[in-house]
Amino acid sequence: MSKPYYDAADLRKFGKITEWSEELGTKFFDYYGKVFEEGALTAREKSLIALAVAHTEQCPYCIDAYTKDTLQRGITKEQMMEAIHVGAAIKSGATLVHGVQMMNKVNKLDG
Amino acid sequence: MATKSLKKLGNDLAQSNKQIEILSNGIFKSGELPTFKDKISETSQFPIKAKKLEILQINVGYMCNQVCDHCHVDAGPDRKEIMTRDTMRQCLEVIKNSGAHTLDLTGGAPEMNPDFRWFVEEAAKVGITDFIVRSNLTIIRANKKYYDLPEFFKKHNVHVVSSMPHWTRGKTDKQRGDGVFDKSIKALQELNAVGYGMPGSDLKLDLVYNPSGAFLPGDQVAMEKDFKKALMDDFGIEFHNLFAITNLPIARFLDYLIASENYEDYMYSLVEAYNPAAVENVMCTNTLSISWDGYLFDCDFNQMLELPVNSKSRHISDFNEELLEGRNIVISQHCYGCTAGAGSSCQGVVA
Repeated sequence: MSKPYYDAADLRKFGKITEWSEELGTKFFDYYGKVFEEGALTAREKSLIALAVAHTEQCPYCIDAYTKDTLQRGITKEQMMEAIHVGAAIKSGATLVHGVQMMNKVNKLDG
Repeated sequence: MATKSLKKLGNDLAQSNKQIEILSNGIFKSGELPTFKDKISETSQFPIKAKKLEILQINVGYMCNQVCDHCHVDAGPDRKEIMTRDTMRQCLEVIKNSGAHTLDLTGGAPEMNPDFRWFVEEAAKVGITDFIVRSNLTIIRANKKYYDLPEFFKKHNVHVVSSMPHWTRGKTDKQRGDGVFDKSIKALQELNAVGYGMPGSDLKLDLVYNPSGAFLPGDQVAMEKDFKKALMDDFGIEFHNLFAITNLPIARFLDYLIASENYEDYMYSLVEAYNPAAVENVMCTNTLSISWDGYLFDCDFNQMLELPVNSKSRHISDFNEELLEGRNIVISQHCYGCTAGAGSSCQGVVA
């Protein structure tokens, strides 16, 4: 029997992290809840940001959670995919912009 | 997309006892999740008792021109359960004599009952404060005999409440069938044309949103804002309020949850979102649901599960408001659908 590292049902147990460190866990969840409240950004905008970041972080729990959250907010699959492309563009841009560092180094060593 | 009801297909889930069996066994029997009774007992809210009757919801038949994926009625063109004029007469007597201020006609597509117009004309004379017809919109465009419905509704000052699952064609048609979105838009424009849904108009037009899949509805106010902007920008449509309604795990939605392996996760979502404040105002406390054959239920969902009211007054022919007030509401695990988050009722959120 295979034992995967990730189990979708573990997401429901996330709250249990407070059991082994109540103060820090509680502070984290208070902070987390506050972050996603309606503010200068709408809760809908925050949900889309979270969906994109969930993918760049490649967190399966976050992907499950924010796919559901965006659906609940009436966000369409086209909007969800575009949000992920924003994350992907930043990820690939972050890789490629380091190409300048490589070019600088080549020019210095082999110029 | 479904074209036949579960009943017509001979699906086990067309039987109410099978549905109750599923809702009572599995994760609830094993104790993995608390039963609804246990959950409301934690906050000393068991039993839920009926308060003063305010809303009479009459289901005039299960026949419908649509076969929506998530219909809790399992309605469709093949359903033959239709309220007779005799039963309607009994309902009219009750409407005249009861203290209810709201009359709410539902179905199926209520307009498909051959005595629908007669019933509306008679009921409008009784002088009820709020007279709702739950129209699926496409019926207005389904056949020319229905084309004048907007005028008919206007003549009798009917409050139109219509389902609209999303402001995009793709999501709407996926849930309700190909072409439903375009027909619904046309019907809304026609309702607007006679004055329905316009700012300040007494001709009330409200929309009902329910999720297109195994997830809960978002914030009603935010959804209403999104719906209003999109329908105005894209089609110039106005409406008054949006009611966000949670899908209850019964009939075709239960079938969908099980077939798509979402049942357990969905029940977890409902239980995790349980809100004791919603229990206080859950619609069964001020509503009575009357079935096509005149039986009384705490709500339309219990009607579909064939869970009759817990009272000696069980049929419209022996309706007794005093006996019904204070009755214990009949509950099962589907009730979690009405107490999740901001709560859910036929009038939208309750908490």
